[in-house]
Amino acid sequence: MGERVEIRLAGSGGQGVILAGVILAEAAGVYEGREVAQTQSYGPEARGGASRAEVVISDGEIDYPRAMQPDILLCLSQRACDAYVFDVKPGGMVVVDSGLVQHLPTTRAVALPFTEIARREVGEGMMANIVALAALVTLTGVVSLRSLEAAVAARIPPGHREAARKALEAGAAAAREYLNRREAPRPTA
Amino acid sequence: MSDTGRVMLLQGNEAVVEGALAAGCRFFAGYPITPATEISEVMSVRLPAVGGVFIQMEDEIASLGAVIGASLAGAKAMTATSGPGFSLMQENLGFAVIAEVPCVIVNVMRGGPSTGLPTHVSQGDVQQARWGTHGDHPIIVLAPATTRECFDLTVLAFNLSEKFRIPVILLSDEVVAHTREKITLPHPREVEVVERLKPTMPPEWYIPYEDTPRGVPPMASFGDGYRYHVTGLIHDVRGFPTERPDEIVPFLDRLFRKIHQHLHEICRVEEFLTEEADLLVVAYGSVARSAKRAVREARARGVKAGLVRLITLWPFPRRWLEPHLRRVRAVLVPELNRGQISREVSRINQGLTRVEKLNRIDGRLLTPEEILGRLMKM
Repeated sequence: MGERVEIRLAGSGGQGVILAGVILAEAAGVYEGREVAQTQSYGPEARGGASRAEVVISDGEIDYPRAMQPDILLCLSQRACDAYVFDVKPGGMVVVDSGLVQHLPTTRAVALPFTEIARREVGEGMMANIVALAALVTLTGVVSLRSLEAAVAARIPPGHREAARKALEAGAAAAREYLNRREAPRPTA
Repeated sequence: MSDTGRVMLLQGNEAVVEGALAAGCRFFAGYPITPATEISEVMSVRLPAVGGVFIQMEDEIASLGAVIGASLAGAKAMTATSGPGFSLMQENLGFAVIAEVPCVIVNVMRGGPSTGLPTHVSQGDVQQARWGTHGDHPIIVLAPATTRECFDLTVLAFNLSEKFRIPVILLSDEVVAHTREKITLPHPREVEVVERLKPTMPPEWYIPYEDTPRGVPPMASFGDGYRYHVTGLIHDVRGFPTERPDEIVPFLDRLFRKIHQHLHEICRVEEFLTEEADLLVVAYGSVARSAKRAVREARARGVKAGLVRLITLWPFPRRWLEPHLRRVRAVLVPELNRGQISREVSRINQGLTRVEKLNRIDGRLLTPEEILGRLMKM
């Protein structure tokens, strides 16, 4: 069995959390040829309920398809953050949308305003999930930014490709700026 | 198929559709229901593109009715549903058994009874799949655990169904259905596809329910010129109702015999680290994935655990389990119900070893940690 990396993406229904999970899984599985399993849990409502996607990436067979102790947690709501932060593996990474999560669970959490960046730089708040994915990938290196770009291009309808490209750039730039600002050693997944 | 050979990320439900198309399915009638909806959704796009027929019916009773009709007319036909719809299908399921109409029914299990827990996983329909329709009858039930297996077992379901003229149930669950995994679809040449045996004699010589060495009579399609009678009543070799004991018994015996004399073609299990194991886990579906992880971790801690994953649930693969029961110190059966397969394991165990169960009924998947925790205490 190869190294196993577990990523949990959480927020509210309608934020595109599950789509983000699918894109990340495709980046790893289709564009990088690794083993991958993507799962989700959701309620019966289309919007507003808690929504959660998980991606497990490995070089070997993936038996249990869900996250046991996430290495990486992305939270797009306070509720998701409160619910899942204690599941994270010691030394794991927590990334949150600073506009939506007011109470940071740990000083080690990376807080970036994904929704605000999406509104300001892309002109579409709905692209917050893509902004967050680009930042998460830049921060952790779970997949390459190139693979992510390819996966996004394949999943997003043609009319939104330009916006998605901008979202990827803005997210990656925000993460790089964060890493330079902190002057901390680059966190690893 | 244009996607052949391409690496894709598919849900279990989507892989079921690909498997069905590869097996030659050209008719689907269904009524959408969580967590099986994606099967109808993708079928509605893919089937017309290959010259097949997709119909959204008014309910699940009519869905299986339409599937049976299509199959009698010669098409490979399928429907997909979840618990509440599966309950409605039970009457027609029995009809397909007695009239020996090949068809595939996918039941993606969710929490029950009734409308229960629509979006959450369960394994509560295992005994329903066996005994849901009334009367003494044989049935074949297969349980996939991965996306790849959703493809492979859907193909197998069609093949067994066509070969033995019996409805085959693909008993999936919400986790298997919605997990996306990498899959490379095989080239059509690499997929073994079985076609039903058709009559070769002139129509006036055709005896539709005549016994054969395999116990499976050739099946004429409606419209081929072979006129015969199809009924849910116990019938004679010509298909007409009978109440004569000397016709009833051979007919029912043949229904069972055609399955039981081919158990080696039907029963499948996957063994994992079972050699020299002294603790055995018996699991199926999504839970088998948690169990595999737990067995790996138990081995890493020096506990000699092994896993038998049931792929065929019914007929119950008794002969494949018994040798292990004679050997191991104890058996653990983790399930997402109150013990539907563990009672079957206990039944065949007959005091050979100790059978313990581990159950979860809250709509959540048993975790590797929970199974490992129990293994370490056994």
